[in-house]
Amino acid sequence: MIESGKFGKYGGVFVPELIIPALEELEKAFLKYKDDEKFNEELQYYLKEFAGRPTALYYAKNLSEKLGCKIYLKREDMLHTGAHKINNTLGQGLLAKYMGKTRLIAETGAGQHGIATAVVGANFKIPVEVYMGSEDVERQKLNVFRMEISGAKVLPVHSGSKTLKDAINEAFRDWITNIETTHYLIGTTMGPHPYPTMVKHFQSVIGQEARKQILEKEGKLPDAAIACVGGGSNAMGLFSGFLDDEEVDLIGVEGGGEGVETDKTGATLCKGTEGVLHGSLSYVLQNQDGQIKEASSVSAGLDYPGVGPEHAYLHTSGRAKYVAVTNEEALRGFELLSKYEGIIPALESSHAVAYAEKYAKMPENKGKTIIVNLSGRGDKDMFLVAKEMGEEL
Amino acid sequence: MEKNEDVTLMTETYQEMFKRVKDKGEGVFIPFMVAGDPDFETSLEIIKKMVEGGADALEIGFPFSDPVADGQTVQSADLRALNAGMTTDKCFEFIRRIREFTEIPIGLLVYYNLIYQRGINKFYEDALKSGVNGVLAADLPPEEAEESVKAARKHGIDPIFLAAQTTSNERLKQIAEMCSGFLYVVSVMGVTGARSEVKTSSVELVERMRSHTDLPLCVGFGISKPEHVAEVIKAGADGAIIGSALINIVEENLKDKTVLLDKVKEACAELKNATRIQG
Repeated sequence: MIESGKFGKYGGVFVPELIIPALEELEKAFLKYKDDEKFNEELQYYLKEFAGRPTALYYAKNLSEKLGCKIYLKREDMLHTGAHKINNTLGQGLLAKYMGKTRLIAETGAGQHGIATAVVGANFKIPVEVYMGSEDVERQKLNVFRMEISGAKVLPVHSGSKTLKDAINEAFRDWITNIETTHYLIGTTMGPHPYPTMVKHFQSVIGQEARKQILEKEGKLPDAAIACVGGGSNAMGLFSGFLDDEEVDLIGVEGGGEGVETDKTGATLCKGTEGVLHGSLSYVLQNQDGQIKEASSVSAGLDYPGVGPEHAYLHTSGRAKYVAVTNEEALRGFELLSKYEGIIPALESSHAVAYAEKYAKMPENKGKTIIVNLSGRGDKDMFLVAKEMGEEL
Repeated sequence: MEKNEDVTLMTETYQEMFKRVKDKGEGVFIPFMVAGDPDFETSLEIIKKMVEGGADALEIGFPFSDPVADGQTVQSADLRALNAGMTTDKCFEFIRRIREFTEIPIGLLVYYNLIYQRGINKFYEDALKSGVNGVLAADLPPEEAEESVKAARKHGIDPIFLAAQTTSNERLKQIAEMCSGFLYVVSVMGVTGARSEVKTSSVELVERMRSHTDLPLCVGFGISKPEHVAEVIKAGADGAIIGSALINIVEENLKDKTVLLDKVKEACAELKNATRIQG
């Protein structure tokens, strides 16, 4: 590898030998094309015309009045396919095309990344196969259909916990077997180097836009930037715009599940410990021996026992703060934004909204300016939320 | 503790074993099994049968919840073992119990998180005390292995590495420098699992590796039948490692332990026999 891919001590390339040459090839291509004029022109074209960038930084007036803070929403939910995931799939999809790969594989939890990969594959004419835990296939039927209608093949994974973690295991196995033809399009800032760096690069457009937009609207930087963290790609995207601005609080909100004090949680940084999973040294939910635990969150996108290594670094260095929000609180965030702003957030993003409310209510934060990353829209979660609310759709 | 250290002293090194087998004009047969599959005691009896069947060395997997380099067969074995209550402590106890009946080299196949959680130095210290000769971490390439190799060497344990078709000659040199005991040659593009035939490319692979290193070469991944064993030995490999095919026997005979043990021993005898090809 050209670079070590380390953030402090986190990150790296903890993978079987068979994968290394593919990572070397990918790193080389990424380093070459990320500064390539033609590549970037093409990517910009797709981001603008296909995905719908730039997204608005919307001043949430009603919510701001209610909470006594200035709340801005970075509207990644307005993107094509309904989530920030498309930024990264367009970037990696294009890279795969430049590399001459003839097949894309991906894994998905909530389905957002699967859909974003499926539409990019359809558009770029590259066949797509998506691994998805069989439990998630059940939970997210609508998204499975959306992937299939774009021509992707959804492969249910029945092993282990039957969720995202196991879908990732299967995707890695597939990649090991088909490494010459296939690009594994990882959907978040996890995995071996160069993925955490590459995904951050493709998502950094969120932070760049948000920074520019808030300076235009407020004439100053925000006091806080809040985003939900599963693997951590939307948070890394937003944070990247403010990493060097020490005065901006960076807050990552994890899926607390039924509470970090219980075993049913997805809050990796709040509750996990250092460990190696899926190619990098980061934080993981595990037992004393290092066996990986199953994560739990009402939101399938936050239901992952690992987290991107750069978040582990920001956590231990203290640059960013990580908190957990329970399922119940997230559902309240979901209702809050829907009711006060007429914006229905994804359950993942609802975690960020729920914490924004908590943050705003702290006396010392009165009147502060906050950017909340609205990573995705909530259409996909309507059945689940209705069920939680005791309604039948 | 002292007793264990005595046990360690009695074990045969990889070097001695490869020489002993070669002097007989045979290839080395290494069966693989997950420690504690389907349960601690049965697993131990299985290992005993493997030794009786003619194993020249043993490859023991410590079960891991997320074994990305392994196929369905090994993953199922891992889960059976974990569900039966295996822990890293019990895995080391398992090795100590194996040492009560055999001196042949024992290599561990682990995932790095198990080493990392125990503390790198402590893992290798415990490995030595239980009578382990070599450790291969499936997801630890040379890039990340410096500290582990140092700890392994300190405790007289051979750090074993994987090499594959995708491994360039340049990398091969780097791997060979860190590796001792033997080089684990991955014969297929893919994860572990029994396959119906050995590809000609694995023959070429053995030849390529042979021209770059003097380390003993043991071929694994996808080797399942006596014919495969004979083929890779004929191609110039020093040994063959067979896992999934043997684990399949365990999986298929979970209800009848006697049959299970008989079949494992029989299969091992056949596989060993296939290494006895006359040059």
